[in-house]
Amino acid sequence: MRARLYMVGVGGQGTLTAARVLGEAALAADLNVIISEVHGMAQRGGVVETAILIGQVHSPLIGDGEADVLMGFEPLETLRALSKASRHTWVITNTKPIIPSTVKLGQGQYPDLREILSRIRSSAGSVIALNAEDLAQQAGALIAANMVMLGALVATEQLPFPGEHVRDAITRLSPRYAAINLKAFELGKAYVIQHQEEPDDGWDRIRAGRASQAA
Amino acid sequence: MLLLGNEAIVRGALEAGVGFVTTYPGTPASEIGDAFAEIAPDAGIYFEYSVNEKVALEMAAAAAVSGVRALCAMKHVGLNVAADAFMSLAYTGVRAGLVIVSADDPSMHSSQNEQDNRYYAKLANIPMLEPADPQEALEMVRHAFELSEKLELPVLLRTTTRVNHTRGIVKIGELPKTFTKAARFVKEPSRFVVVPAVARQRHKVLIERMGQARQLSEDSPFHMIIGKAQELGIVSSGVAFNYALDAVEELDLTKRIGILKIGMTNPLPCTLCEAFLLSSERILVVEELEPYLENELKVIVADLGIHREILGKGSGHFPQLYEFTPDRVKRAIAELMGIAVEKPVAQTLPPLPARPPQLCAGCPHRATYYALKLALGDEFKNTIFTTDIGCYTLGLLPPLEMADYLLCMGSSIGTANGFTRATDQRVVALVGDSTFFHAGIPALTNAVHGQHKFLLVILDNRTTAMTGHQPHPGLEFSVTGHVPAVAIEDVLQGCGVRSIHILDPAGLQEAVDVFKEALQESKEEIAVVISRHPCVLLRSGG
Ligand code: SF4
Repeated sequence: MRARLYMVGVGGQGTLTAARVLGEAALAADLNVIISEVHGMAQRGGVVETAILIGQVHSPLIGDGEADVLMGFEPLETLRALSKASRHTWVITNTKPIIPSTVKLGQGQYPDLREILSRIRSSAGSVIALNAEDLAQQAGALIAANMVMLGALVATEQLPFPGEHVRDAITRLSPRYAAINLKAFELGKAYVIQHQEEPDDGWDRIRAGRASQAA
Repeated sequence: MLLLGNEAIVRGALEAGVGFVTTYPGTPASEIGDAFAEIAPDAGIYFEYSVNEKVALEMAAAAAVSGVRALCAMKHVGLNVAADAFMSLAYTGVRAGLVIVSADDPSMHSSQNEQDNRYYAKLANIPMLEPADPQEALEMVRHAFELSEKLELPVLLRTTTRVNHTRGIVKIGELPKTFTKAARFVKEPSRFVVVPAVARQRHKVLIERMGQARQLSEDSPFHMIIGKAQELGIVSSGVAFNYALDAVEELDLTKRIGILKIGMTNPLPCTLCEAFLLSSERILVVEELEPYLENELKVIVADLGIHREILGKGSGHFPQLYEFTPDRVKRAIAELMGIAVEKPVAQTLPPLPARPPQLCAGCPHRATYYALKLALGDEFKNTIFTTDIGCYTLGLLPPLEMADYLLCMGSSIGTANGFTRATDQRVVALVGDSTFFHAGIPALTNAVHGQHKFLLVILDNRTTAMTGHQPHPGLEFSVTGHVPAVAIEDVLQGCGVRSIHILDPAGLQEAVDVFKEALQESKEEIAVVISRHPCVLLRSGG
C-alpha cells in the first residue's frame, strides 16, 4: 500500500507546513513517509513543489503520471504540474489565482480559470476545485488556506490513514493556532463532502462509488 | 522521528560527540549550520559561520589536528573555494575525526552548476561516503568520525539535494553526556608543515592510508547486495539507489535482477564489485551526474580481463544531466528487460506564463537598482553589469535587467577588473555584503592596485539573506552574541579606495545623486557605493 501526493504552490502559501502535517500524521499512523522539499529561493514567490510518499516506497520523488493525488494551491501551478497526474489521479486545486510577475509585465497571459479547470478535468481522474482562501477567511485567517486544502484531501479518503491523525498533527505542530487551523481544515473537508453531488462545482468526474456513498 | 536529511547529519555528528563545527551557508547545506547555531552554545560545542568555506575548513582542520572531532559543511561549489586547503589536508591528515559535508545540487535547484563532487574525493585521495536517505546520513556521519580517526584522514560525506532536503523517518541513537570543544595541539612539524620535503613523505603516507581504506571499504556496513543478479545487475549509490529499488519492485523483477548498492564510494570495495560483476553478463549503473561508478567498473572489468556490458551514461541509458526521477529509472530498467511500461499520457499544455522567484515587496535591492538605473540614464545600454550571488542576482529579470555576467561568489569584482581593461564600456559591479566578505576583498585590492576603473556597488542588507539570514563579519553579532563588526567602509579605506559613498536607497533622489557622483568619479579611479538598508525579512535586532 502506498500513496504518492504531489503538492505545488507559490512560495509563502504554506505547502511545506501542510507537508509536515501529513508527515507527522503518517508517522503517528505507523507508516513509512518520505517528504522531499526544495528549499532555497522559494520565499520570494517562485513555485514550490513538494512530494509526499507514504507507505512501501523508497524514492523521494514522483515521476510523470505517478501522483495519486495532485494538490495545487494555485490554479496555474496545478495546471503546470499536470504531467504528474494520470487518469487515476485525484486533483485538488485551489481556484484563487496568484498572478505571476511576468504577467504583470506583459510577458504572457494568465489562462482563463475555466480553461484551466477543463484542461485539468480532461487529464485527471477526479477533480475538486475550491476557493481555499474564501474558506480560510471564514475560518478566521487567510493563511490557513493550506489547512483548507488538507481538509479537502482528507475528504477524498485517499490517505492511507484516518483523518483524525491529520487533525492531531495540526494541533501538535502549532498549538497556538490550532483553533483556526482546525476550523479551516473542517471547512475544507465539509466543502468537499457537501459538493459531491453538484457536478457543476467541479464534481463532474467524481467516482460513482464515492458519490453514492455520500448520498 | 521525522528528520530532514540535514537534521539527520547534525544528529549523527552530535551522537559522535562532535565538538567543533564550521560552515558557510549555501543551499542545500544551510540547515546544517542553522541547526548547530541553535544548539551549539547550550551543548558546549564551538560553532561559527565562517567568512567563507576555505576558512571554515581551515578552522575545522586545526580543531581536528588538535584532537577535537570537527565537522565542516558546505554546498558543492563551496568545496571549490576550500579546495586549496582540502587537497593539502589529505597530506597532513587529522588526529581527531574530521567530516566534510559536500552538498551537491543535481538539477541546480539553487546553484550555478551541478558539478559532481565525488571526483574531489578521488582527486584528493580521501575516503568518501554517499548516503541514500536521511537515516543513512545519520549513520554515515557517526561512522565517518570513526573511519576518519582510524585512517587519520578527513572523510567526505557527499550528499545531494534529495538527501539534504528529504524528510524521512529516522531512528536516532544516544547522545554523549558532554562534548569536547577544546584540546591541546601537540607539535609535529614533520607532519603538519607541508614544505616540499614533508609533502613528499606525506603523499606516501596518504597512499598507504588509502590502501588501508580500500580494505575498510570492503567491510563497510554501507554496501548492500539485494537479490541475485541473473539477467541484469544494477550498481547504484546515493539517492538513485532508491529509484532503482522501487523500479525493480514495481516491475516485479526482484527474482531476475540483483542490486549492488555502494555506500563507501572512495575507495571502492573492489573485491565486492568484482564478485558482483562476475555474477551477471550485463550491468546497469544507476547514478546521477557523472559516470563515476561506471568508469570505475569499466576499469575493474578490464583488470579482470573479462567481458561485461557496463551500461549507463556511455550507452545512452541515462543522461549526464540533472537529477533522476523514479519514472526515468523505471523506463531504463524496463527497456533493458524487455518489459513494456505504460507511458504517461503526454500533457500538451499551452505555453504558460513563468513564475520566477522575485525580490520581496519592499526589498531594498529594488530601490538600489532603480536609483542606479536612473543615475545611469542614457548610459544604461552601454554599461556592463557584473553581478554576484545573492538575492540581488534576481536583478537579472525584467524590468531591471541589470546582470550581464556571473561566475561564482565574488566574481562581480574580479570580472569587473577584466571588463574595464578588455573593453571600453562602462562597468558596474554589484555585490552583496556577505559575498563581499566571502570572496570580494582580494579582487578589490587588485582593482585598486591595478588602477582598474569601475563602479562597485555593495548592496549591504545587513545579512546573508538568500540562504536564510545568517550573520557575517560586517555585523555586530554572531551566534555567540555581541562581537565587533568589521565595517565595510573601513575595509575599503584600508584597501586604498578613495571614492567611498554610503547611501540609504530608501531616499530615491539622494541615492540617484550619490550614484551620479560616484559614476563620475569612477571614470578616474575605482569608486564604491555602499547602499545600506536592512533586508525587509530581517527580524528587528537580528
Ligand atoms: S530576502 Fe531580503 S534581500 Fe532577499 S529579496 Fe527579500 S527583502 Fe530582498
